[in-house]
Amino acid sequence: MTNKIILAGFGGQGILFLGKKLASAGMEKDLNVTWLPSYGPEQRGGTCNCSVILSDTDISSPIISNPDTLVAFNIQSYEKFMPKINAGGVLFADSTLIDKRPERDDIKAYFIPATQIANDLGTPKLVNVVMLGYLIKNTDFFDKDYIRSYLTDSLPASKASLREANGKAFDAGYGYNE
Amino acid sequence: MAKVLIKGNEAVAEAAIRSGCRYYFGYPITPQTEIAEYMAKKMPTVGGLCLQAESEVAAINMVYGASASGVRVMTSSSSPGISLKSEGVSYIVGCDLPCVILNVQRGGPGLGGIQPSQSDYYQATKALGHGDMQLFVLAPSSVQEMAQLTADAFGIADKYRMPVLLLADGALGQMMEPVDFDALKFTPEPEKPWAVNGHGGKRKKNIITSLFLKPEELEANVLERDKKYKEVDANEVRYENYLCDDADIIIVSFGITARISKAAVNEARKQGVKAGLLRPITLSPFPSEILNKLADNASAFLSVELNMGQMVNDVKLATECKKPVYFYGRTGGSLMSSDDVLDEIKKISGGLK
Repeated sequence: MTNKIILAGFGGQGILFLGKKLASAGMEKDLNVTWLPSYGPEQRGGTCNCSVILSDTDISSPIISNPDTLVAFNIQSYEKFMPKINAGGVLFADSTLIDKRPERDDIKAYFIPATQIANDLGTPKLVNVVMLGYLIKNTDFFDKDYIRSYLTDSLPASKASLREANGKAFDAGYGYNE
Repeated sequence: MAKVLIKGNEAVAEAAIRSGCRYYFGYPITPQTEIAEYMAKKMPTVGGLCLQAESEVAAINMVYGASASGVRVMTSSSSPGISLKSEGVSYIVGCDLPCVILNVQRGGPGLGGIQPSQSDYYQATKALGHGDMQLFVLAPSSVQEMAQLTADAFGIADKYRMPVLLLADGALGQMMEPVDFDALKFTPEPEKPWAVNGHGGKRKKNIITSLFLKPEELEANVLERDKKYKEVDANEVRYENYLCDDADIIIVSFGITARISKAAVNEARKQGVKAGLLRPITLSPFPSEILNKLADNASAFLSVELNMGQMVNDVKLATECKKPVYFYGRTGGSLMSSDDVLDEIKKISGGLK
């Protein structure tokens, strides 16, 4: 099993963080993992993306030209990467910011108003965690309880309130039905 | 300790500190700036010094001075910055001083780009500086190996009193992979009786210089150093032999492209083509002997590189052109996929029949 995941959106949406969480959670499960950020003349508010590979065999290249899974947080990323998803692949998209739907039927598409949900919870910065919950529900990457506690336990005890907020955001994403 | 998920650049910095490196001099350049960032954070906590110099030229000359005083020291940069360091590197070689230099290659020539490349192969293995000189060049191909080869580099540099260059690229520097730091092997720092440091007049003074105005003195100095290079050639060659022994087509590839080539070899084998991968871990000294031996049974070689064909010439020399040596590469910051390499294998294999 190898899953090539591209996560993409604006800088500040927690995309690199979300990618790192997926990769490190995979590492803890003894999978081979790589994480590679887009790097270049980046700017605040500009687009950013990272490539995560989870595999039970050796990973040859950390660079992904065609993802099995795309997690898109803005329209630019959707337009850039959606056509590149492998047939049989999966799309996750934030429908608050992406008003289009794919014109191809060889992929599965999951839409969630992640930005709206995070705003409603009063934690707009946790849009990535809302998406994580939804991603975990609709894929078999990781067991729900494992990834939820992996997420909240990685926050220090001194930030107990953040643990609770992250748990809530995760549950909101996990519980969302399109 | 369990494995940690860490960038290649940070793994080098952490491994260097664990190797006893207490001095880092550098100047920022993408895609390796995380090293300076990590060193700036960590060096003060271990009693070391991280200093951002005013230029690459200054940084390498600070390395020169620190090394002469007998400490473990390193610098890092990316392609254009490494070119700037070349004068200092030659002086360090001329003084027989140990140090570790990391090149996280990006595309060139000139300012080039900032994406991964292996186009500094010639510079690294032939002439990173003027004069009759060689560097010891190591080429990691995973983040774990970035860490281990850094640790090895300090040991080799001290053993032979020569600079060791780690030749990585933007992909290896920027990617995160699991690293087990507890699995690293370190070489303890030896006594350095040659160092120039305070001795209160209790011993004869040491002199470190690369200036020899009398031709016979300079010739003797170069000949003496050449003995060291021959020892390195005889004892320090490292490579990974992956399915080469019964292979018809042998890919020669290092660093990030070796990983991509390995996947192509596996796929080729599934499709009935006997392919293998010879991955040089030391680029200088180059694994010529094993390649020459493999040329007796293999039908062809394919050098896969991120440049316009540089190592391919060393493969031809090593195999004495006993068998055809092909080249496949991408450049400018683009990477090939394992399918691209597989296509090249099939082309060669089709032509062989």
